[in-house]
Amino acid sequence: MAKTFEKGNVAIAKAAVAAGCKYYFGYPITPQSDIPEYLSGVLPSVGGQFVQAESEVASINMLLGAGATGKRAMTSSSSPGISLKQEGISYMAGSEVPGVIVNVQRSGPGLGGIAPSQGDYFQATRGGGHGDYRIFVLAPSSVQEMYDLTVLAFDLADQYRMPAMVLADAMLGMMKEPLDEWVPEPKAFDKGDWALGGASGRPGRRVKSLFLGDGELAEHNWRLAEKYREIREKAVRVDVQVPDGCELAVVAFGSAARIAKSAVDRANDEGRRVGLIRPITLWPFPTAEIREVAERGVPLLAVELNTGQMVEDVRLSSEGRSPVTFAGWPPGYLPSPDDVYGEIARRLAGGEKVA
Amino acid sequence: MNHDVIMAGFGGQGILMIGNLLAVSGLRQGLQVTFFPSYGVEMRGGTANCTVTLSDRAVGSPVTSRPFGVIAMNEPSVAKFGPRIRPGGVLVWNASLVGPDAFARDDIRSVGVRCNEIAEDLGNAKLASMVALGAYVAVTGVVDVARIGEALSEVLPEKAHKLIPLNLDAIEAGRAAADEPGGDGHG
Repeated sequence: MAKTFEKGNVAIAKAAVAAGCKYYFGYPITPQSDIPEYLSGVLPSVGGQFVQAESEVASINMLLGAGATGKRAMTSSSSPGISLKQEGISYMAGSEVPGVIVNVQRSGPGLGGIAPSQGDYFQATRGGGHGDYRIFVLAPSSVQEMYDLTVLAFDLADQYRMPAMVLADAMLGMMKEPLDEWVPEPKAFDKGDWALGGASGRPGRRVKSLFLGDGELAEHNWRLAEKYREIREKAVRVDVQVPDGCELAVVAFGSAARIAKSAVDRANDEGRRVGLIRPITLWPFPTAEIREVAERGVPLLAVELNTGQMVEDVRLSSEGRSPVTFAGWPPGYLPSPDDVYGEIARRLAGGEKVA
Repeated sequence: MNHDVIMAGFGGQGILMIGNLLAVSGLRQGLQVTFFPSYGVEMRGGTANCTVTLSDRAVGSPVTSRPFGVIAMNEPSVAKFGPRIRPGGVLVWNASLVGPDAFARDDIRSVGVRCNEIAEDLGNAKLASMVALGAYVAVTGVVDVARIGEALSEVLPEKAHKLIPLNLDAIEAGRAAADEPGGDGHG
């Protein structure tokens, strides 16, 4: 099939259908409303259900319920709406219920605005809900990746029985690019020993996050921690383009990585050697891959559409092996490749002190 | 090649339509393309713009501060985006709504086209942006005109397909206007 020309938001919605998602629960908010708009038209015709809930809180709890039955389900929103969903995300993590949550970031704090931003990095990767949990955070950087990583999110959520978030932003959601709408092979995830589907002929099951027995909760948390350790080992995805002899490597994800790519290309066209590291999973973060570059002595420049969040993970990854600096733009001004190039050039000229 | 163009004008002038059309034309010609619209609290009569990037390698940034090309359908768009054009680039401006003294640069190719009058002569004022696109493609050669014809059937909703011949007439009229000796406004 020839590539279509599609909006990022619609690519996410199409990927959900292709991945076998039958249930969507959401509440409209700019700049992601194309997702519910598309799914409201398509899901009923593929035997699914579309529910426009009365609130974000309701929709995340509907996701918890649908996920507990083992069915593939999704919710989507944008920053302020994702804040409202945090309690439900914590309950999903605690109950080990799979489900996909899409955040097409706008700007904050508070009601903020509708411009692109990466201000929700901390919320997504540290968990905005309570308790000692992690969720997958996947950061697409093109319309094709909006599709590919949404498909992946469903698989990871099922494989590890936990929520998976696709962390996009207004730029990726609104822009259009060619899209290969590949159809994933249905993967069989055995949910036979935990999913709820009627207890006729077998003992009842409970999907819950409340553990009051002596030592029960500690054991539950340690088991989750072991799962998270395994994920850190196996599930990291990152695009590292740092050839030998690089004088600097930019670290950027999502839309910032697109803008940074043009700036890095320009520096290299001018005869400098500048690399680009693009984390695709923000949790698990590509700590070992960044440390490897830092061990080669390559200075690192974190570029973000915020005032400095992922840079903390870059510093933790570098562990002081090479200098880490930051350049960022909070919402309301979308940096151009020239802006990022200017920051690269200042580092190459030695004009930036290490923070 | 890496060709980036900003298209701008009043909301309702068909800016996003021609942006989409150019991008799909490039895609069908085998190029890598990105279309990035401005969006927000905008309405008919407000301002609209979009950036289209066509490249023979993967497109990096979907936004640009120094485009190669600008299609400006009204005076605020000429004032805002004209100064940003890279030296050697192209400005197509709507001479129906922008005076000849509005903007001058001698390091770009500047082409004024009376898009509104040409569209009205064709019988539909909504074709003005299509006239401008025809002029832009003629001046830059960024895609084959034949690809635009193919892309129209993909971009326009089914019910508007009967208007494809008229749209092609508008693109042709824009090409012809750009070729006229008087078509060069400030170049």
